[in-house]
Amino acid sequence: MSARPIATTRSTSGMPTPRLAVWWVIASEIVIFGGLLGSYIMHRIAHGAWAEHAANTNVYFGTTNTFVLLTSSLFAVLAHQAAERGEGKKAANLLYLVIGGGAIFLAIKATEWSMEISHGMTITANTFWSFYYTAAGIHALHVVAGMIIMLFVAQTAKRNEELHRVEIIGIYWHFVDVVWIFLFPLLYIAK
Amino acid sequence: MAESIPVGHGSDDADHGEHGGHHEMTFGEKYIFPLDHKMISMQYMFTGMFMAIIGGFFAYAFRMQLAFPGMEVPGWGHVSPADYNSLVTNHGTIMIFWVAMPVLIAAFGNYLIPLMIGADDMVFPKINRLSYQIFLLSAVIILAAFFVEGGAFGGAWTAYPPLSTKAEYNLTPLGQTFWIVAVALEFVAFLLGGINFITTAMNSRAPGMKMWDIPMVVWMIVIASILFMLSVGPLLAGGIMMIFDQQVGTAFFDPDQGGDPVLWQHLFWFFGHPEVYVVLLPAVGIVAEVITVFSRKKLFGYKTILYTAIGTGVLSFTVWAHHQFISGIDPRMANVFTVTTLLISVPIAEMMFVYIATLYGGSITLTTPMLWALSFIFEFLIGGITGIFLGASGNDIFLHDTYFVLAHFHYTFYPIAIIGTFAGFTFWFPKMFGRMMNDGLGKLHFWLTVIPFNLIFLPLFVLGTAGQHRRIFDYTNFPDLALPWMQDLRVLATVSLCVMLGAQLIFFYNVITSWMSGPTAGKNPWNSNTLEWTATSPPPHGNWPEGLPTCYRGPYEYSVEGRESDFWPQDEPA
Repeated sequence: MSARPIATTRSTSGMPTPRLAVWWVIASEIVIFGGLLGSYIMHRIAHGAWAEHAANTNVYFGTTNTFVLLTSSLFAVLAHQAAERGEGKKAANLLYLVIGGGAIFLAIKATEWSMEISHGMTITANTFWSFYYTAAGIHALHVVAGMIIMLFVAQTAKRNEELHRVEIIGIYWHFVDVVWIFLFPLLYIAK
Repeated sequence: MAESIPVGHGSDDADHGEHGGHHEMTFGEKYIFPLDHKMISMQYMFTGMFMAIIGGFFAYAFRMQLAFPGMEVPGWGHVSPADYNSLVTNHGTIMIFWVAMPVLIAAFGNYLIPLMIGADDMVFPKINRLSYQIFLLSAVIILAAFFVEGGAFGGAWTAYPPLSTKAEYNLTPLGQTFWIVAVALEFVAFLLGGINFITTAMNSRAPGMKMWDIPMVVWMIVIASILFMLSVGPLLAGGIMMIFDQQVGTAFFDPDQGGDPVLWQHLFWFFGHPEVYVVLLPAVGIVAEVITVFSRKKLFGYKTILYTAIGTGVLSFTVWAHHQFISGIDPRMANVFTVTTLLISVPIAEMMFVYIATLYGGSITLTTPMLWALSFIFEFLIGGITGIFLGASGNDIFLHDTYFVLAHFHYTFYPIAIIGTFAGFTFWFPKMFGRMMNDGLGKLHFWLTVIPFNLIFLPLFVLGTAGQHRRIFDYTNFPDLALPWMQDLRVLATVSLCVMLGAQLIFFYNVITSWMSGPTAGKNPWNSNTLEWTATSPPPHGNWPEGLPTCYRGPYEYSVEGRESDFWPQDEPA
């Protein structure tokens, strides 16, 4: 494998290339979720009867998960700070805490879904539930992807290498968090 | 992604020698899994050409059926109604997503962006390689659909539900899902590629290259990538919903169970209309490079073109429902979309005027690439003007889904995807392969492509106005549409298509013989200003092993007064 091209090390716009790229990744993700949630909102307005189905979502699970994700984002910020100071080991440990937060989020989600599915509220039960599982499912996939990438980032950060990656994965994680901030009121609170 | 994120600092020439390629690369490293942007570009280029041959063959098979209903088509056999549907559907899908996109955006973007901005590669070579691999996988999936049970999807390239979501209607239980999965993967490939293009152009320009020194084609590919990125998301979400509708049993698009089929149309066209400009803008950029070089004049209104391109991009997000005038949308909405649709022709017309003004008073040389570029302006104008007929909702209700629409969008896409590509390919061929193409054969190929093209689609305007509806397998079942003069026009279109497809053999012959034994091109055969012409032809891995260039001026300083030579390369110190 050849070394990094010079192109990668340049910074004509003044922003480091990886950070610039992750913002463009987020821009493309925003329109993906935007399209999905936009469709959901239009449907929701058109079908007043959905309120009945929406009433069955469990606010306690949703709130706990919001809290878990926000806490994990705090750890991502602390990891970034540690990486800025050059403390790779500490940054890696904080990243493991973020991954733990993601795991708790997924575990709660799994419990919640199992309960709902066992009560007959499956993805095919009604278009509301179709949106519910699709939107939250795509979000959960992003959580999983973030956790996997973070595992790699933590591995290198532990050796005090490539510490700038801690910030990049942090930006992505905050984005995943923000998506949930939109999903939570739309799926759980608006009854 | 994590692997190729670089350190965000470091001086320009620090690790240059290493990247220049000291060790001998294996065949696999060089040709199969390359990191070099030029090789990835060639992979896209030749995959796109291969898919174009397939798409062209499909067109040949269904056009033969239309001209001579029920005949045994040589090379395909008897075309059944299901075959016909699969052929037209996949012709459209392949030509847009597997020919226009990979060639215009991915191949030219990969080749030109680093070379024109004076960089040694893309910023993320590994993501670049991944982008091609996902694209190749998607191409395999779309073609594999022809060999699964039930055959390939035949519900039109727009895939409107419920036809596209219910196997009992479309009769292709596997083909329908292959289609949407292939399209979705193709989008993912181009999102990865697009992020690479945008960040490379934003961050890796040669020292001294300011915003207004960037060659137009680079601007256009970057604007197109941003447009693509901002429009494709909803359709990607819609694609997931469609897969669930097909295979899981949800009812996002099924009105019987509370879904909404028109939702898909909105998601599709919210992407679909910007997509037209996604492929148009790179072609416009290529034409800008070609006509400035061959008229030896500064591009008239560099910033005008740029602003009109951005204006077009913004407007293109507000026109999508003009595809849905008869889909039951509110007539008041139809008025709004008529106005925005007519508005968008203004910036496009302005671009055409800018080109004509660039040509005015120039010393024009009619080389093969110049012929292609000029014909782009001429043919696209026909496409643009017929679009105004369709944009007006009252008129569209009559013309909707007729061959008038079909002829109109072929008059836009053909100049873009075929003429624009040939302009770019013949123009940069010396750089890509280090040899000149045969100009005589190139011109023969040009005339034998462009004249038949007009003879295919001009008759279709007439047929469409006479009421010939699209997506009909056999017009002999409709006495009103099977009049002898109509059948004559269909035969004319089909014969012209065969001539045009046959003429492509000249092109391939020309490419192969020129590649093998054409005259050596040298660094700068066209006396052009832009940076790619300062590298050797073809450029080695790393592009400028002797050191990356510095930029001193804009790209279009031709025939500057007081200078001996009529061009002024961007890297020449003042």
